[in-house]
Amino acid sequence: MADERILIAKVGLDGHDRGIKVVARILRDAGFEVIYTGLFQTPQTVAAAAVDEDVDAVGLSMLSGAHMTLAPLVVDELLARGSNVPVIVGGIVPDRDMDRLKAAGVAAVLTPGATSDQIVAEVRAVLDAASATA
Amino acid sequence: MVTKRELWQQAYEASKLRDVDHQTMSGVPLDAVYGPDDGEFPGQYPYTRGPYASMYRSKLWTMRMFAGFGTAEDTNWRFKEIIKSGGNGLSTAFDMPTLLGLDSDDPMSIGEVGRCGVAVDTLADMEDLYSGIDLGGITTSMTINSPAAPIFAMFVAQAEKAGVHRSKLGGTLQNDILKEYQAQKEFVFPPRQSMRLVRDTISFTAAEMPRWHSISISGYHIREAGSTAAEELAFTLANGFAYVELAMQAGLPVDSFAPRLSFFFNAHIDFFEEIAKYRAARRIWARWLKERYGATDERSMQLRFHTQTAGVSLTAQQPEINIVRTAIEALAGVLGGTQSLHTNSMDEALALPTEKSARIALRTQQVIAHETNVAHIADPLGGSYFVEALTDEMERQAEELFAYLDELGDGSMLEGAIKGIEENWFQGRIADSAYEQERLLNAGRRIVVGVNAFTEGNGEEQMELLEITNEDENRQRKRLEQVRHDRDQSAVDAALARVRADAADPEVNLMPALIDAVKVYATLGEMMKAMESEFGRHVEVPVI
Repeated sequence: MADERILIAKVGLDGHDRGIKVVARILRDAGFEVIYTGLFQTPQTVAAAAVDEDVDAVGLSMLSGAHMTLAPLVVDELLARGSNVPVIVGGIVPDRDMDRLKAAGVAAVLTPGATSDQIVAEVRAVLDAASATA
Repeated sequence: MVTKRELWQQAYEASKLRDVDHQTMSGVPLDAVYGPDDGEFPGQYPYTRGPYASMYRSKLWTMRMFAGFGTAEDTNWRFKEIIKSGGNGLSTAFDMPTLLGLDSDDPMSIGEVGRCGVAVDTLADMEDLYSGIDLGGITTSMTINSPAAPIFAMFVAQAEKAGVHRSKLGGTLQNDILKEYQAQKEFVFPPRQSMRLVRDTISFTAAEMPRWHSISISGYHIREAGSTAAEELAFTLANGFAYVELAMQAGLPVDSFAPRLSFFFNAHIDFFEEIAKYRAARRIWARWLKERYGATDERSMQLRFHTQTAGVSLTAQQPEINIVRTAIEALAGVLGGTQSLHTNSMDEALALPTEKSARIALRTQQVIAHETNVAHIADPLGGSYFVEALTDEMERQAEELFAYLDELGDGSMLEGAIKGIEENWFQGRIADSAYEQERLLNAGRRIVVGVNAFTEGNGEEQMELLEITNEDENRQRKRLEQVRHDRDQSAVDAALARVRADAADPEVNLMPALIDAVKVYATLGEMMKAMESEFGRHVEVPVI
């Protein structure tokens, strides 16, 4: 458990980083190793970092409404690099987009108001599911 | 011996007043201000109780609703709806690519065009945005920072094409780059190069646009990013001092530009703390401008501010409750003496607002203004033991933070602000405060209705949300392609070469070169790249 590594990333132009920084600390306090990419990443740079760092999951924080465009691109870029590491999206995602994101290969979606405990539990569940199918 | 009340009375009687009845619902007549004859009065230094003697009896706050989505045509239509509904100030929200100085056809812009605001690539978009709106008669605010100078150049050029001379334009450019590095994070150039552009816009407006506010020094985003109320107050005013020193270093006398500086604060849900924050802000600003910077014009000492209710206080759960939160926050702004106000819409934790939810938000202000009778009295909470003590405490905490920055900058608040950014001091403090709020929420020590308590009914209501489609992005790209096709490319190349040459010389003001480039339809991205080739790019080293 102590070795589980999570890459968290801001993709695209969205500068809102309050949420991702809080989530970083929540996950770190829960015992995960957390790597934060910083702002203004592309799907390519995120996928490359995920592979280089050999992470167990990728978390994307998206508050600008661009999730339907960018999240599937991250999944595709990971697959193109032979990685099926699970991708979790957190941020402002309307209900109508939930199923569309899952269909595009996103493992889980966390929306505003998720508590620290819920975030940790969801990440845990995603990691367990991924290791069961690996 | 003339009392402070008598001095106030003279100023009050000299003010032009609105034609309304100043009495309670039951007919009790109301004074314009209450307090002892030798206490503090509004319109008197240090302005704790308000910048003007008559406050809302002369002019209600401006109901300035922030809007922007899709293409310039879409937003122009929404602007006209706002004016029709009784809004009397416009505030423009730009999309993420525009905020970062990128064109809509830049590869980085994919998925973001027109989503969080309106896309503006060239003068042609700016013309559509304000088409049919009398810019000499209404004031306009533009929330733009890293590319403030070229966007402002577009605004000036389109107004003059529509026949309004620049000297007649009234409004506000946000243009507060320091808080971008600290909180909002839409930065492009490194801090020192960005500050040169701020200097150029201050000098340009001081010389040519007497009705224009060159900067709106913004605590809003600092608070949204997680700071406490005292940190919002202190960081914002410290940034204000930095801009004052910047302009004075450029040779401008303090009273030539300080009256055109304005502020922008958050109205969060902690009602009394917010009111105390606004009161402390006015008092601190007045004292620093007079004592530290030697201002003698009282308008330089009078802090005037815009308020927006706290986006971060809105919940995705049971979104109608957000109407109540926004009303309470808006009331705090009004009791705190704000000069203009934006009220958020109930659906903004989920998406950009629909027309209906934006109208309810505006109506909330109209209820406060016209039904509650709170606007008859200046600083109605002044003299409350509690509010006065909290005002003093806000001021004390802010002064502690100023002392740190003053020392960091070796006696320069400008240097202190820049070093504080470079050393991640602001960013670290804001992240710490944000995490503390989250910890309290998770531990149940802070209650948010519908989130960690009273959750019955969550998920029952399906709101109708505004959806921005890729269709808007495609339309905007086609429009840009057309503009590029129709323009005189050699004129554009020459204008951009001049922008680059002027950027290379820190003694030159960049505004004239930018205005010339805008007029031949250079794109925002082209002008930013021309400047970037001289200025370089800022990369944040993230701290978590």
